[in-house]
Amino acid sequence: MAEFRMPSLGADMEAGTLVEWRVRPGDTVKRGDIVALVETQKGIIEVELFESGTLQELLVKPGEKVPVGAVLALVRAEGEAVAPSVAAPAQPPAPPSATPPTPAPSVGAPPSARPETGVAPPAPSAHRPRASPAARSAAARLGVDLARVSGTGPGGAISLEDVERAARAEAPPAPPSAPPLPSPEARRAGMRQAIAAAMARSKREIPHYYLDTRIDLERARAWLREQNERLPVAERMLPLVLFLKAVALATRQFPELNGLWEGGAFRPSRAVHLGVVISLRQGGLMVPALHDVTEKPLGTLMRELSDLIQRARRGALRSSELADSTLTVTSLGEPGADRVLGVIFPPQVAIVGFGSVRELPWVVEGRCVPRPLVTASLSADHRVSDGHRGAAFLARVERLLQEPEKL
Amino acid sequence: MPPGERKAMVRMTYREAVRAAVREALHRDPRVFLMGEDVGAYGGCYAVSKGCLAEFGAERVRDTPLCESAFVGAGIGAAMGGMRPIVEIMTVNFGLLALDQIVNNAATLRHMSGGQLSVPVVIRLATGAGRQVAAQHSHSFEGWFAHIPGIKILAPATVEDARGMLWSALQEPDPVLIFEHAMLYAMEGELPEDAGAVEISHAAIRRPGRDVSLITYGGSLHKTLAAAELLAREGIEAEVVDLRTLRPLDDETILGSVTRTRRAVLVDEGWRSGSLSAELSARIMESAFYELDAPVQRVCTAEVPIPYPKHLEDAALPQPESIAAAARRTLGERHG
Repeated sequence: MAEFRMPSLGADMEAGTLVEWRVRPGDTVKRGDIVALVETQKGIIEVELFESGTLQELLVKPGEKVPVGAVLALVRAEGEAVAPSVAAPAQPPAPPSATPPTPAPSVGAPPSARPETGVAPPAPSAHRPRASPAARSAAARLGVDLARVSGTGPGGAISLEDVERAARAEAPPAPPSAPPLPSPEARRAGMRQAIAAAMARSKREIPHYYLDTRIDLERARAWLREQNERLPVAERMLPLVLFLKAVALATRQFPELNGLWEGGAFRPSRAVHLGVVISLRQGGLMVPALHDVTEKPLGTLMRELSDLIQRARRGALRSSELADSTLTVTSLGEPGADRVLGVIFPPQVAIVGFGSVRELPWVVEGRCVPRPLVTASLSADHRVSDGHRGAAFLARVERLLQEPEKL
Repeated sequence: MPPGERKAMVRMTYREAVRAAVREALHRDPRVFLMGEDVGAYGGCYAVSKGCLAEFGAERVRDTPLCESAFVGAGIGAAMGGMRPIVEIMTVNFGLLALDQIVNNAATLRHMSGGQLSVPVVIRLATGAGRQVAAQHSHSFEGWFAHIPGIKILAPATVEDARGMLWSALQEPDPVLIFEHAMLYAMEGELPEDAGAVEISHAAIRRPGRDVSLITYGGSLHKTLAAAELLAREGIEAEVVDLRTLRPLDDETILGSVTRTRRAVLVDEGWRSGSLSAELSARIMESAFYELDAPVQRVCTAEVPIPYPKHLEDAALPQPESIAAAARRTLGERHG
């Protein structure tokens, strides 16, 4: 019997509120399925399952707040016998050793993405279930208690169909009413606290060193322009994609920058999962991971990046995306500043920053010419690497960006 | 006609359909004449009236100076005097120069004369973006005109409506503005050989569906139909409503569709703030609030002057993908 526990979705997450189950006891589930929505200080996150089998029992009800590590549900592996029910959520074990972070390493602004709608919808009211007008009028007509209906509409809202389904179903005894979810203000304050905790911990524990170098983007820009002319508008690539790929490839020769510092020692990571800093319009930021960046062509990375940005701003990130970055990249985009010296995101050991691209004088073969320049920076953990290696890493990133066609 | 026999069908462009409508009107009613910039010798800025000068003569196909206020005013005067003028304005962007005549005279005189004066003028205007002619020739102001009481606003989106709306407009006792989206002139369609007038009071359901109502008009109809096609591949059955008449709005058809699907996406090539789509959204809220299962979504043109470069122009306008995305947002878990 596998235990599905409240995951840690950030270095300083202590507890989460179960918002909604997406599965029911008896459902066949597989690794990677999104089974629940969990409210954290960073917003509502879709949580994935890491086991396959049959869902035996749900131990936590929507609205309950439980500590990280608490058992949320039991999953029976294939062929395993049905086990007796567990009466109450188990006490959480010691916090898992890998507690990858969510919050905020730097002041960088992310590449801009167009909003899908002009105005973000308000968060659900604290005291009433979120239900459509049609659902409300049907609930009144059919005598259905909306607190007992789980919604499948936009943002989890209860739709008319949900009410009709609930009315048809045998009404189970009403569970104790769920505590209200935090207000948007409380949620924003929570995110601020989470960022504060992670950044303070970083500056307390990690001896940072900082390097930066100017990179001539003439060739990269020309190549990108040529590619983009051939691509449909929706697939056009931003310079950030080149930066991400170059950083990921450069880590192959500098494993001491890609990995996690855990239990007093550094563990390099084979895979390169780049955390991308995305600032949110209402303030605060998220750092979801782009997975396996070295393995993917630029077009795929661009698609995944756009998707991440949109979902981060919509509050629809998945737990695995918030939990497994091995190195972070922050890019100021436009308008921004010349350079960004990031704060490392524990337990990672480095953060790479890109300032805004600027047209500036640059000496080429003895002549001063205007060139698009970007300042790339590295903040790294001196417990793991030294400035000499850090400088060689930045030089490698620069060389990779001179041959964009090979990225 | 014996059962089972189809009427002979002819293929024609939207442009040819408008021309056929103009010619029919000139043939059928001696009070009708056509007036506007370049409608005569040049054959019309969009070649709608090509050949009309030769066929009907300079009395009835009249080139005017480049002065919208003057020739729209002349059209209003002629209508008050018993004629049935068709006034062509090259684009709605220039139509703004005639706004005073339209609001203060055409739309107002019946009221101010205590019903003694009628202004049965028909004004045809090209509208819309998509041809890379930049901000001063590309805007969609029909939503502004639809604000004005006392006039009727039509937006033919099909070849059939392009052929049939003009004659019906000429039968109206009050001013009628017909907005022809410039991207539609080259569109081809099939019509019965004897196609004629169509009614101009109702919206039309161009594609039935039960999951979400996509409500639009004019040039956006075809993008919306393309979006419905995209959605159909995902198992979403979208209903496409073509408003046809922007003033007065056909509340019955609009609200009927939204009541069936419980979800609405409004597609409007105008700017979003204070737009026709805002009016539609308000009406849905006022009259169908308890039928809704999701907030009404709007897909409008970005609030910028229409850009000149092709990729920016495309990005500024509603497109099938953005329309489909808005539809998905109304559907939540099933398709979110």
